[in-house]
Amino acid sequence: MQFLNGITLLLVYQLVGEITVRLFALPIPGPVLGMVMLFATLAIRGGTPAAVDHASSTLLSHLSLLFVPAGVGMMAHFDRIAAEWLPITLTLFLSTIVTMVATAIVMQVTTRWLTGNARETQEADHD
Amino acid sequence: MTEPGLKDIWVYLSASPLMGLTITLVAYGLAFRLYQRSNGHPLANPVVTSVLLLIGLLLATGTPYSDYFEGGQFVHFLLGPATVALAVPLYQQLSRLRQLWLPVAISLVAGVVIAATSSIGLARLFGGSLEIQMSLAPKSATAPVAMGISEKIGGLPSLTAVLVVTTGIIGAVLGTKLFEWVRVRDDAARGIAMGVAAHGIGTARAFQVNNQMGAFSGLAMALSAFATALVVPWLVDLMETWLPV
Repeated sequence: MQFLNGITLLLVYQLVGEITVRLFALPIPGPVLGMVMLFATLAIRGGTPAAVDHASSTLLSHLSLLFVPAGVGMMAHFDRIAAEWLPITLTLFLSTIVTMVATAIVMQVTTRWLTGNARETQEADHD
Repeated sequence: MTEPGLKDIWVYLSASPLMGLTITLVAYGLAFRLYQRSNGHPLANPVVTSVLLLIGLLLATGTPYSDYFEGGQFVHFLLGPATVALAVPLYQQLSRLRQLWLPVAISLVAGVVIAATSSIGLARLFGGSLEIQMSLAPKSATAPVAMGISEKIGGLPSLTAVLVVTTGIIGAVLGTKLFEWVRVRDDAARGIAMGVAAHGIGTARAFQVNNQMGAFSGLAMALSAFATALVVPWLVDLMETWLPV
């Protein structure tokens, strides 16, 4: 019953998010607004109900699975991808690498600048 | 298929949601076992293996994607509630977030802007059509968000979904190596970069490394979904004004 309560609450937040987005013609997707509203609720409430915690960790622990049907969608776009495979492939690799490296460096540098040396931790792997 | 009986059963089953749903779960189960056997090697990413298995199976049996998606949609649908569910790990990191909010905010905005401009810019540079550029623009955001944005800016939402998954896989496979190369060892920084660049698939990978990296990746994925939705349509307008095709 607990899982059912949790998933119901997630769906209610998603639904309210979808309705609000459409009602006010907001530029963000419904589930994202639902997430923000749930976050606000938890922060005001000052804790996560066990049911929500349970449903959320169950869903998120199998997050990779949820991307599979979209990934299989590749076969519906074979022609398009075949026609423009070079710009697509180069962009996917280069842009992802650049984004990841730049974000990691920006985060590391700004953390050191703004919070001093308090967080010089997690020297996980030494060369 | 020489036996007409078997073929009839296949034709019937392949059009029912039961088939698509079951093969998705079975393929993922196999792929996940393989991933565990390989001790979590990034190249054995369960999304890659299950997608390849399923495409192989559908092509071999001549089943169109739309028939498969009759069942696959039930799994796909859960991306919505899963996005809402991200509020929970986000809330659990509230105290760390309070402490690191400024570096996180700066990295997030930088990451989201770099992801979108580099996608559009590189695709344009390498001669991609406008439709491809727009389909690529939100590729680092999580799938439901990216598809919504793609639709708004003139991309193909279903193609964007594929590009989003591929981006996530590339990020998950290369991430840890890249961080070694640029000597970023802080788990908060690695997690933020993983979540910004490679959304949920990167987050799944980050949780394999350790919990702190996973939590920060989930946080970055949630916040960047929000930031991407706000920034990318505006950025596209800006690029069209200043860098017309």
